[in-house]
Amino acid sequence: MKYDLVLRVVAKLLIPFILLFALYVQFHGDFGPGGGFQAGTIFGAGIIFYGLIFGVDTARSVLPDWVVESMLAAGVLLFAGVGIAGLLLGGNYLDYFVLDKNAVIGQHRGIFWVEAGVFITVAGVMLKIFYMFALRGRPED
Amino acid sequence: MLEHFSYFITVFLMMAGLFIVIARGNLIKKLIGLSIFQTSVYLLYIAPGKLVGGTAPILATQFSTYSNPLPHVLILTAIVVGVATLALGLAIAVRIREAYGTIEEDEILTLDHTVEVAEAQSAEARGGS
Amino acid sequence: MIIDVLLILMAISVLILMRLRNLFAAVVLLGIYSFLMATVLVALDAVDVAMTEAAVGAGVSTVLLLGALLLCKSSEAKPVHKPWLPLTVAVSTGVLLVYGAWGLPDFSDPQAPIHQHVAPRYLQNEVDVPNVVTAVLASFRGFDTLGETTVVFTAGAGIIALLRRRQRVDKDRKNGA
Repeated sequence: MKYDLVLRVVAKLLIPFILLFALYVQFHGDFGPGGGFQAGTIFGAGIIFYGLIFGVDTARSVLPDWVVESMLAAGVLLFAGVGIAGLLLGGNYLDYFVLDKNAVIGQHRGIFWVEAGVFITVAGVMLKIFYMFALRGRPED
Repeated sequence: MLEHFSYFITVFLMMAGLFIVIARGNLIKKLIGLSIFQTSVYLLYIAPGKLVGGTAPILATQFSTYSNPLPHVLILTAIVVGVATLALGLAIAVRIREAYGTIEEDEILTLDHTVEVAEAQSAEARGGS
Repeated sequence: MIIDVLLILMAISVLILMRLRNLFAAVVLLGIYSFLMATVLVALDAVDVAMTEAAVGAGVSTVLLLGALLLCKSSEAKPVHKPWLPLTVAVSTGVLLVYGAWGLPDFSDPQAPIHQHVAPRYLQNEVDVPNVVTAVLASFRGFDTLGETTVVFTAGAGIIALLRRRQRVDKDRKNGA
């Protein structure tokens, strides 16, 4: 598969648009279909596609292991951190309306960061699972 | 009859998944059956939320009827959790294959049984001497 | 109706999948099944869910199953047991569930309890986010989503624990010794 010209050319054409679409789905998620879970899986699928065509090591040089592993935890921490920010600003845990003077803008801000947290964790987990399965197949050196 | 058609298909898919999980000995096939079962649950949740003539729950001024958004939320998270747990199951299957050399349930049970018998015999021999 | 046709196609693909003994074919068929499911979900107005199902069910999980298949190098063995007992269990449970399904509200009945309880409030757009699914996911049911994200994280951590290789630690130990 590594030397299949058609696949490589098509992949090069498609992957930027897949990643761009993932970001569109993430940031346009308030107004159209989309959100953190969808964008995270699409982003993960895009990088996995890249890894399948060009080899896992190429994908790992784009997003190294330590980045992916910290993405796993960073997303959950960001999500939980939004809740704690709500606590510090005088609301209950995961109350968003205290995040701004205007309650509706506070809601939007909370939803944005929460969705960002979901995106980071989901994309990280998809990629980490793929790396793990792909690297397990190699003989130990 | 036709009003309940989606439920019947859901039940069929669910039972097909259950059958694969029980009847097949191969661990990967079992996981495939499990994910079919899981997919049927998505259908079970989403189908009752649909309103014919309604539209997707993205509010706009030109629409007034929307399908129910709550099942969509529940299932959206369930899908991602589903793939993560499927991968966890596959990882366990891979480790079992590395430890036993097979992922057929019957062969694994036979191997375990052989080891148990051998251990019991060696314990007896030690006790005898 | 297009939904019924797609549902029948899904049932057919599962019937074939049950009889298949070739695991590679089964995985590919599962991908087809997931795409059909995603299409059904679009027809059922669940666009967000359909997007995720297409990316996850047909994309990521197919890749993972193929990867696991490669690692296990397995083709399914001939069954040792006759499938009559599992078939009885599945069919009798199915008959019970069908009996129960007769009592459920009709498909697309606006008076069904599901459309009466909390959904009208969600659709009032209190947080001014047009996509109600996003609003409910992140705001109304934030705790639920936090829990689900934690589950995903835990599954990822579990996979790291199961499949990681500890070669670097061993090398360090050798160098130290």
